[in-house]
Amino acid sequence: MTKLKKIIKFYWNVIRRPSVHYSLGFLTMGGFIMGIFFWGGFNTALEFTNTEEFCTGCHEMRENVYAELQHTIHFSNRSGVRAKCSDCHVPHDWTDKIARKMQASKEVWGKVFGTIDTPEKFEAKRRELAEREWTRLKANDSLECRNCHNFDYMDFTRQSKRASEQHSTALAKGEKTCIDCHKGIAHQLPDMTGVEGW
Amino acid sequence: MKIFIVSTLVLTFTVTLVHAQENIATLRGDTKLSQEDTPPLMSKVLNEDIKRKRNYPMQPPTIPHKIDNYQVDLKTNKCLSCHSRKRTEESQAPMISVTHYMDRDGNFLADVSPRRYFCGQCHVIQTDAKPVVGNEFIDIDDLLTVEQGQ
Repeated sequence: MTKLKKIIKFYWNVIRRPSVHYSLGFLTMGGFIMGIFFWGGFNTALEFTNTEEFCTGCHEMRENVYAELQHTIHFSNRSGVRAKCSDCHVPHDWTDKIARKMQASKEVWGKVFGTIDTPEKFEAKRRELAEREWTRLKANDSLECRNCHNFDYMDFTRQSKRASEQHSTALAKGEKTCIDCHKGIAHQLPDMTGVEGW
Repeated sequence: MKIFIVSTLVLTFTVTLVHAQENIATLRGDTKLSQEDTPPLMSKVLNEDIKRKRNYPMQPPTIPHKIDNYQVDLKTNKCLSCHSRKRTEESQAPMISVTHYMDRDGNFLADVSPRRYFCGQCHVIQTDAKPVVGNEFIDIDDLLTVEQGQ
């Protein structure tokens, strides 16, 4: 314990003393440049954790939900815009993003211990897992949908009759949010018995 | 003699076959069997949400909207989330007819009969594709008018 105290004391003395060999200019500029590298590096690393390869690596999804996504409009479409895992499941806002990433580590636990590693186990849990995401999206007013689909930019005249009717009434008044109607657009639905609107 | 007859027959057969091949019009067109034709463009699904006329009274109504990725399986039925009895008030979609609640003996059930659960078996979307072959179907009303006129 005293040894540890000694080490801490030594380093504390080093950083609280003015520099003897390096100029103030070198230290500030050096700090600034290193800062850019660290910040860039951190962001790149964080961005890498949002790629499909990274997600499918540690989350139980390659055979089920990721496969299901691939023939939906959010994955393959005429204009080549793709919504990947993180676009819907990871908030863009920094603090929310970090919070969600911490929650997601629990799902890695599931992968390690194989809680849903067979189709049967996954199907048994599908409703519970789906409900978790529905609740999350309901609570944040479908924020991840709205990151791309901005209500103010919607042209109702370009929508089908049914769509414009619903969007100009229930959605416009804020009675409903995207996820209330658009469930199961990117992955298959669980047994929907008892879900509101089904 | 026998050889002569057989060879004549074979020859006639081959000639007819070749001749026939040239004249038969198929959906395949002029493309040789060994080649692959450029596929026609995918036609657009009609999505105007307007009820269409039925061509005869028992015809299952066609679907006037897109049904891409609608899930209809043991877990759930996306169509029924609007067209079921309980959902039509909110959705204002037409309710599935009473026949969908009947079993094959004509007994009414509380919910959709399993034999009527898979909507796509009878109800289909329509596309803007031009018909590849002609159609001589005549509406029964037109047929009756013609008959009365004679």
